[in-house]
Amino acid sequence: MECQECHERPATLHFTKVSNGKKIEIRVCEVCAKEKGYVSYPEEGYSLHNLLSGIFNFDTFKMESPTIQQVKELQCPHCGMSFSQFKQIGKFGCATCYETFEERLDPILRRVHAGNTRHSGKIPKRAGIDLQLRKELGNYRSQLQQLIETEAFEEAAKVRDKIKELETSVKKPEAGDHS
Amino acid sequence: MTLEHFMDEAISPWMRDEGPDSDIVLSSRIRLARNLQDIPYPFVADGSKLQGVRDFFKKEFANKAFDNYEEFQFIPIDELSAVDKRVLVEKHLISPHLTKYTKESAALISNNEQVSIMINEEDHIRIQLYFPGLQLRKALEKSFEVDNWLEEKVTYAFDERKGYLTTCPTNVGTGMRASVMMHIPALVLTRQINRMMPAINQLGLVVRGIYGEGSEALGNIFQISNQITLGKSEADIVDDLQSVVNQLIEHERNARNIIMKESGIALEDRIFRAYGVMAHSRIIESKEASSCISNVRLGIDLGIITGTSRYILNELMVLIQPGFLQHYAKKTLSASERDVLRASLIRERLQLEK
Repeated sequence: MECQECHERPATLHFTKVSNGKKIEIRVCEVCAKEKGYVSYPEEGYSLHNLLSGIFNFDTFKMESPTIQQVKELQCPHCGMSFSQFKQIGKFGCATCYETFEERLDPILRRVHAGNTRHSGKIPKRAGIDLQLRKELGNYRSQLQQLIETEAFEEAAKVRDKIKELETSVKKPEAGDHS
Repeated sequence: MTLEHFMDEAISPWMRDEGPDSDIVLSSRIRLARNLQDIPYPFVADGSKLQGVRDFFKKEFANKAFDNYEEFQFIPIDELSAVDKRVLVEKHLISPHLTKYTKESAALISNNEQVSIMINEEDHIRIQLYFPGLQLRKALEKSFEVDNWLEEKVTYAFDERKGYLTTCPTNVGTGMRASVMMHIPALVLTRQINRMMPAINQLGLVVRGIYGEGSEALGNIFQISNQITLGKSEADIVDDLQSVVNQLIEHERNARNIIMKESGIALEDRIFRAYGVMAHSRIIESKEASSCISNVRLGIDLGIITGTSRYILNELMVLIQPGFLQHYAKKTLSASERDVLRASLIRERLQLEK
């Protein structure tokens, strides 16, 4: 399909404009879209946050695909921040946002941190104890799986008991709550 | 001890110690961003929650001493005058952000001004720690100790895979920004710095002016810091920064030698003219003052000017700032009034050295 403005280049952008209750279809090429003001490309004075939200908005170029529509409605249960708000502001509302938006984060983090998505630095002492336990738990679970597969049930029962023991200690409330 | 002692001296007590390479590196800084686990971040949380955070830190840490860093003074930012806030920012004891966005913000500042803990900044907690000269590793070690000390009382927002969870995705992971403040007049004079900057940026480091993001490199002072906080350990980040800084130091020293050799008399002239302006001017703008201070400091480093202490640059760079001038005058000053006071303070300061 050719561009309805210049009739030269192919129409790569399709808009639906609604005015006075009437739907008008617009099919134009990128050059005409810019010229006619259908789309705007900010060119100057990027602040860090503009730049960030620019980076985040990168993955919304296929607005119509259903998965992204669903993601747009993602909302953090703890602070109420929605994913689209997050992208606009470029800041998380609370620690839970990281969990809520988890599936959409890695591409953003990769862009900001030169391809990295995983922390490999300091671990807080307190959360660290918890982490060690969880790591141990993970190890035992895969061990258990293997033992069951090889039908070593007696051994498996021992490992299962260890897992139970660890699970109760992980769930214990943390000391020194500050709130 | 009260707020006044943070205000009255332009130079922080720790700056009087000379660190390694302190002819070029003014200071090394480590900043750690931390958040509390269950409270929304400052720009989202309601006032009562943030007030709770502030009260908690006051109760647990005000007037407590950490290690040998003397006591921490608790300073609620909303109780400060506009000039006082500005002085603390000019001395780099708090960030501009802390004074702007959250009413319930506060700072815990150690009496020797080496450590500040900002409460309800962009993140709930921002720890910052300075060392004189190039001492990044030492600063990192100490910052970890402060971090662990705080953690005895609070639970941080942390995720095994993403690390310390911060408000801005640019800080997530280590939450660490390591930075070095450098005086590199010869690299500026020979325009080498323009060629080096793109290369430095490519290594994941950022070069900025003396007052951080978007600020001008007044007085040939540049701040170099890491940009990436995820995927590398704090020690690796610090080592990478250190190696770039070491190279810059070497280039700066080479450039100084070359200028001395090839145009020694012109350099001497430039330095003594700057000294003359500082010693005799009656009106001086901060830009001109910064440039003169830089030249005089270079003269001291090269042994061209003797009998004047090296840290005069650190001190005067703060002394000539608008906030400090108005604090000194104890009233609001217009720009032209500030130019007059600035000139007279600089003259007085140089007299003291004689």
